[in-house]
Amino acid sequence: MPPTPATPRNKMESRDLTLRYGSKVAIKQVSLAIPEHKVTALIGPSGCGKSTFLRSLNRMNDLIAGANHEGTVFLDGRSIHDRTLDVVDLRRRVGMVFQKSNPFPKSIFENVAYGLRVGGLKDKAKLAARVEKSLRGAALWDEVKDRLDESALGLSGGQQQRLCIARALAVEPEVLLMDEPASALDPIATAKIEELIHELKATYTIAIVTHNMQQAARVSDRTAFFYMGELVECGPTERIFTNPQEKRTEDYVTGKFG
Amino acid sequence: MAATHTDKAFEQDLRNLREKLLAMGAKVEALVAQSVRALTDRDSALAEKVVGADREVNRLEVDIDDLCRRILALRQPAASDLRLITTALKIVTDLERIGDLAVNIAERAMDLNQVPPLAPYVDTPKLADLAQQQVKKALDAFVSGDAAKAEEVLKGDDLLDALFLKIFNELLAYMMEDSRNIRRATALMFIAKHLERVGDHALNVAEMVIYMVRGKDVRHPKSRELPE
Repeated sequence: MPPTPATPRNKMESRDLTLRYGSKVAIKQVSLAIPEHKVTALIGPSGCGKSTFLRSLNRMNDLIAGANHEGTVFLDGRSIHDRTLDVVDLRRRVGMVFQKSNPFPKSIFENVAYGLRVGGLKDKAKLAARVEKSLRGAALWDEVKDRLDESALGLSGGQQQRLCIARALAVEPEVLLMDEPASALDPIATAKIEELIHELKATYTIAIVTHNMQQAARVSDRTAFFYMGELVECGPTERIFTNPQEKRTEDYVTGKFG
Repeated sequence: MAATHTDKAFEQDLRNLREKLLAMGAKVEALVAQSVRALTDRDSALAEKVVGADREVNRLEVDIDDLCRRILALRQPAASDLRLITTALKIVTDLERIGDLAVNIAERAMDLNQVPPLAPYVDTPKLADLAQQQVKKALDAFVSGDAAKAEEVLKGDDLLDALFLKIFNELLAYMMEDSRNIRRATALMFIAKHLERVGDHALNVAEMVIYMVRGKDVRHPKSRELPE
């Protein structure tokens, strides 16, 4: 594989990252750069290691018993496995949005303010400002500004997912990891999330796992194809979908499975 | 292409597309041959047949366009499939034009068959053979996904151009010699020009085949070097 071009700057980068669950190898020696202010899509069949890779970018795999790794992931050139690194701070800087929206059974406002309160922010005016900014950032403000005290569980699926994005944005992350953020949404809600992703990349760096290849093609600048724990190919999205270099990529994007 | 699509209906659509394109290619290739034979054999009935066969070519063009649109809308093809569809959409136009040129040649042949030949037809059938071979080679390259063969077509175009120029100069000489030759010489010049154009369309097909196989657009290399 040719090395990723030096520009733009790589916000994150894995080098020879191998991750095992017990003795089972989930990803094998993956070296992949996540360029700053770009959307990197991770595609591949179930069990290919793409979600494991995504979770390893903010050490979410640490929470899984028996998970162990070799190799390193860098954030701004610094290893995220460095002993002196604060994992809580890492996860603030590298936020995550999951497949199933998981709002807390609290008000819309409190959902977004939650991370800020945990972080020790008490000033009401500051809290309100950050909540508004985050909801605007997640393209949800206009829909909820008059009912911030209502339960988040009353929102539609698409709104709940954008609320979760707002919650992730509230703590001012630098990188957003999205694991199938639109797979449970209807086409309209999906289009809103995709449009949001385009807007967010100006401020953040985004990595997204998706099973929907058209979605990867629509939202990402670069696409990485994983297969059986290996990174097969990574390149500009346009090239991956018009002229992939590896036969396994070609077969996958053209629908030749097995 | 050893692996096949998991979706068999999709696989079938793509096979249909290839077969239809191939049928259309074979058809226009035959029309070019027949149109020139109508001239050399002074067979105006054959020329009529060529003119009539154009409808079939047009119908294939519309069919292929329809099929491509359907595949694009329903299958969202990617990678080599996408390159096949975009190639099909473009070469179908070239093939249809080749059919039109065969009709034009047949029409000129009908005119020329009414009057004594200007001279024995030697170079015109040669030019027709070259043009036809170029079409055939481009289609073979398409069917077998053979970019090297398509490159041969690119190289072969110079030969056609050179022979066309030779015919052009000869006919010019006839015209200068005797103004009564002008009508026939002009008709023959049109035929030669049409055959040279057939070669150009074969070249376009070959360029698209190279794109289809390698994913690299080889058209207009000089124009791309120019600043925006």
